[in-house]
Amino acid sequence: MADMSSTADARASRRRWLLLAPALFILVFAAAGPLLITLFYSFLTPGDYGGVEWQGSWQAWFNVFMERDIFDDTLAWSDAHLSIFWRSVKLSLMTTVLCLFFGFPTAYFIATRPKKQRDLWMLLIIIPFWTNLLIRTFAIVELIRAEGTVNTLLLWIGVIDAPIQMLFTEFSILLGMVYVYLPLMVLPLYASMERLDFSLVEAGYDLYATRLQVLRRVILPLVKPGVIAGSILVFVPSLGAYVTPRVMGGGNQLMIGNLIELQFGQGRNWPLGAALSITLLAIVMVALLAYVRAAGNQEPHRV
Amino acid sequence: MSKQFNISRQTGFTTIAMVCFVLLYMPIILLVIYSFNAGSSIAIWEGFSWRWYQSAWENEQVQEATIRSLVIALWASGISTFCAVLAALATTRTRKFRGQAAVFAMINQPLMVPEIVTAVALLIFFAMIKVATGYTGLAYLIVAHSAFCIPFAYLPIRARLQGMDLSLEQAAADLYAPPFQVFRRITLPQLWPGILAGAMLAFVISLDDVVITEFVKSAGQDTLPTYMLGQLRRVVTPEINAISTVLLGISVTFVIAFTVLSKIKN
Repeated sequence: MADMSSTADARASRRRWLLLAPALFILVFAAAGPLLITLFYSFLTPGDYGGVEWQGSWQAWFNVFMERDIFDDTLAWSDAHLSIFWRSVKLSLMTTVLCLFFGFPTAYFIATRPKKQRDLWMLLIIIPFWTNLLIRTFAIVELIRAEGTVNTLLLWIGVIDAPIQMLFTEFSILLGMVYVYLPLMVLPLYASMERLDFSLVEAGYDLYATRLQVLRRVILPLVKPGVIAGSILVFVPSLGAYVTPRVMGGGNQLMIGNLIELQFGQGRNWPLGAALSITLLAIVMVALLAYVRAAGNQEPHRV
Repeated sequence: MSKQFNISRQTGFTTIAMVCFVLLYMPIILLVIYSFNAGSSIAIWEGFSWRWYQSAWENEQVQEATIRSLVIALWASGISTFCAVLAALATTRTRKFRGQAAVFAMINQPLMVPEIVTAVALLIFFAMIKVATGYTGLAYLIVAHSAFCIPFAYLPIRARLQGMDLSLEQAAADLYAPPFQVFRRITLPQLWPGILAGAMLAFVISLDDVVITEFVKSAGQDTLPTYMLGQLRRVVTPEINAISTVLLGISVTFVIAFTVLSKIKN
C-alpha cells in the first residue's frame, strides 16, 4: 500500500514539474537569468564603444556614488548620481502620498455605492489602468504644454498674459506619475474596503464618534492592508519610471530609469548601467520586504 | 438617536472622488476629440475631419509598426497563455509541494522587478546572443513579451480554476478517464472563459509595452508604442492622437470583454 501511494506521489510530482516546465523555462530565459547576467556585468570593465571587456573590476560599483578625479586619481564622494536617486525616491514618495490622498476617498466612494453601481465605477478605474501608459502620459502632455489646453484656456480667460512653463519640470513628472499610477492605488484599496463590515462604522457613529474619529479609529485600521498594498504598487513602478520622466521631464529632470538608460546609450558604460539597475532592484526589494513584514503583521486576509 | 448618519458619506470624499474621475478622463477625452481636428494643432479646434486617421492609415511606418505589434502580441499572448494554463493546473490541482514559494516568486517576478531593470537585463543578454548567432529577428521580442505576459495570463486562469468544483474531475478520474481526457472533456469546457480572459489580458499588455520593446528591439523593429515614443521628440501632429485613439479603442474593448468573461458562471 505504502509503495503504491509513493509511486503515485512521484508520478503526480513529475507531472506537476512537467506542467510547470514551459513557464519556468521562459521566465528563467527571459527574466531571471538575464538579471543574474546583469549582476555579473556590473563587475566588468566598460568597453570603448559600449559593451564590456571581460576583465573583473569594482569600478562600476565605485562609480555609483563616487568619482575618480581625472587629475590626481583619488576617489571622491560624488553626488551626481546620488541626487538623481534622491529625486527619484522623493518624487515616488510624493506620488504615493498624492495617490493615497485622491485614491482613498475614491475607493471609499465606490465601496459605499449600491452593489450594482460598484462594478460600473470600478470599470471606470480599470479602463485607464489598461490603457497604454504612453498614451496617458501623452494626454497629460497635451494638456499642460506651452500651447496646450490649460494655457490656451487661461490665456483666453485672461488670468495670465504668457503661457506658464509647466512641462519639463518636477511638477510635470509628479502630475504625470500621479495620473498614470492612481488606478494602482484605487484597486487594492477598493478590494479591502469592499470587505469592510460597515456595521462597525455604524456602531462607531452610534457611540457618538465624530466622522473623523470613525475614519481614524475604525475605517483606517481595517483597511490598512489595502493602504499598504496600494502604496507599494504605486511606489515600486514610480521609482523605476522611465517613460513619464523621459516624455515630461526633459533632459534635466532625470530619474533612476533614465540614468540607467543613459549608461547603455550615450554614456557607453554598461557595467555602471548594470550596477545602477542592481541598486534600483535592491531598493525595490527592500521596499517589498518591508511590505511583506507590514502585511504579515495584519490579520490573515481572505482573498 | 436623533440624527441618522449615512455611512456612505465622509465629508469631502464624494467631491474628491468626482475630481478623481474627471481628472482621469479629461485628458483622454481631449486626446480623442483632437484626433478629429481639421487643423494641425492639438489645442486649437478648427473643425471636424478624418484627415489624421487617413494620414496615419497611409503612413507606411505606422502600417509596418502596427503589423509588427499585432504579430508580436498574437505570438506572445498565445505562448504565455499556453504556459499559464499548464502552470495554473500544476499549482491548483495538487497539494502544497517543495519549491512552491519559489515557483510563485518566479511566475510573479515580472510584476515585482521594475520594467527598466528587466529591459536592460534583456538588452545585455540578447546582445550576447545576437553577437554569437547573428540572428536579429522578432523572436527576441516575442520571447521577452511572452515572459512578462505570463503572470497576467496566469492570474485569471488560476482564479477560474480555484473557483471550479472539483467533484466532476474526481468523478471522471474515478471512472478511469486518463488525465488528458479529464482535462479535455471536463476541465477545459469550464475553464475556457478564464483562458480567453487571460489571453486577452496578455494581448493588451504586449500591445501596450514600451520600455522592454524599446530596449530589446533591433534596428527597424519599431512597434506602435515605440514608434510613437520616437515621434514625440519631433513636431507633434494629431496623427499621434489618431493612432492613440485607435489603440485606446482596442484596450477599452478588451477590458470590457475581459470583465464580462470573468463574470461568466458555469
